[in-house]
Amino acid sequence: MESTLDIFVKAIFSENMIFAYFLGMCSYLAVSKTVKTAVGLGAAVIFVLAVTVPVNFLLENYVLKAGALSWLGSEYEDLDLSFLAFIMFIAVVASIVQLVEMLVEKFAPALYGALGIFLPLIAVNCSILGGALFMQERQYSTIVDATAFSLGSGIGWFIAIVAIAAIREKLRYSNVPGPLRGLGITFIVTGLMGMAFMSFMGIKYGEEAPKEESAPVSSSMIKKSKEYNIK
Amino acid sequence: MSADKKSSEPLFSKKNKKLITDPLTDNNPVTIQVLGICSALAITVQVNQAIVMSLSVLFVIIMGNLIVSLLRNLIPSRIRIIVQLLFVASLVIIVDQVLAAFLPDLSAKLSVFVGLIITNCIIMGRLEAFAMANKPWPSVLDGFGNGVGYGAILVLVAVFRELFGSGTLMGFPIFGNSLPGSESGLYQLGYQNNNLMILPPMALIIVGVIIWVQRARNKALIEEH
Repeated sequence: MESTLDIFVKAIFSENMIFAYFLGMCSYLAVSKTVKTAVGLGAAVIFVLAVTVPVNFLLENYVLKAGALSWLGSEYEDLDLSFLAFIMFIAVVASIVQLVEMLVEKFAPALYGALGIFLPLIAVNCSILGGALFMQERQYSTIVDATAFSLGSGIGWFIAIVAIAAIREKLRYSNVPGPLRGLGITFIVTGLMGMAFMSFMGIKYGEEAPKEESAPVSSSMIKKSKEYNIK
Repeated sequence: MSADKKSSEPLFSKKNKKLITDPLTDNNPVTIQVLGICSALAITVQVNQAIVMSLSVLFVIIMGNLIVSLLRNLIPSRIRIIVQLLFVASLVIIVDQVLAAFLPDLSAKLSVFVGLIITNCIIMGRLEAFAMANKPWPSVLDGFGNGVGYGAILVLVAVFRELFGSGTLMGFPIFGNSLPGSESGLYQLGYQNNNLMILPPMALIIVGVIIWVQRARNKALIEEH
């Protein structure tokens, strides 16, 4: 078991949504031309991730998982609705985004002005659904862990998009080879940033040693390349 | 309506052929339209995974385009995104269940990325931009073209990453045996796999280079900034 803090920090850095799993790349590339819009979209992603993942966690654990419906009575104990996960998660995400949009518009018009145009975009942002699916796959034991994971992922995504937007603003003044201009150089810069972020791998905050799971390739490969260095 | 359209226009007219060939070259969904990178790059470590992923996306995009195009006049435009998402999600559930039943190993490796086909921007993008405004047959062709264009980039990236990262293609060793102690082929001469290729950042850099090559060959595609 990993500690909650560990999950949080890992989600921000070494298992960053963008650099390790490429989730939400579409909006990451499309909305990162200026820092201001990037901050807006990043904040909206943090917000929506932090709301949807805990809701999906409850849905997963009390409705969808094998045996999750046992609270309804013993005749529901063998039900396994996990094949419905995709459609339920995306429906939850789409409707929560809609709901959040309306609530924000009503109660926080200033925030709505800042996030407004980004909220509808977010329903189809891969990082939101990705957060829910990773939560399902990793089987976080408590809702606290799941929330820590979703907050961390959101913050990681925010850092990534703001950083690339800042770099792209500066890139405008540099002499990039013609064919690489725009998209090409953005990909390569993102790759280099990803390498930098990988150096956060292995930081541990919990007392117990974290389990080597997921990021299947990366962690084992890092070990391998270390072995090569020794040789 | 579609029947008399077909009688006046051959099934593979010039316009329809263009729908297929355009996404393969100058309007590639990945390198030009910048769609569908989300779930694509994480599964390009092995060619097998890339092929299975491409076929899944191809199925979902063709069927999704067909269904949405058939229903395009019935979907209220205010809630169209949610309706489209539900169609796509149902199709992806079919794909996921089929993969889990017939290719359990690959399905486990692809893990969440099959589910992420739902939010793959190519699919939503094509539904929104093409299927909502066109007849079923052109929509199917458009889906086919874009699915193949996406798959081509995916497999190309996977070939580079698997070949140089693990020295294999589709799991078969290309450069000889790399096991320490019993090396053969290139490994005998001191060749080593480039582990960096397997790490996630390299996928981005390879796509960057593919974009570079493509735009260098076709100057019309160069962006201002």
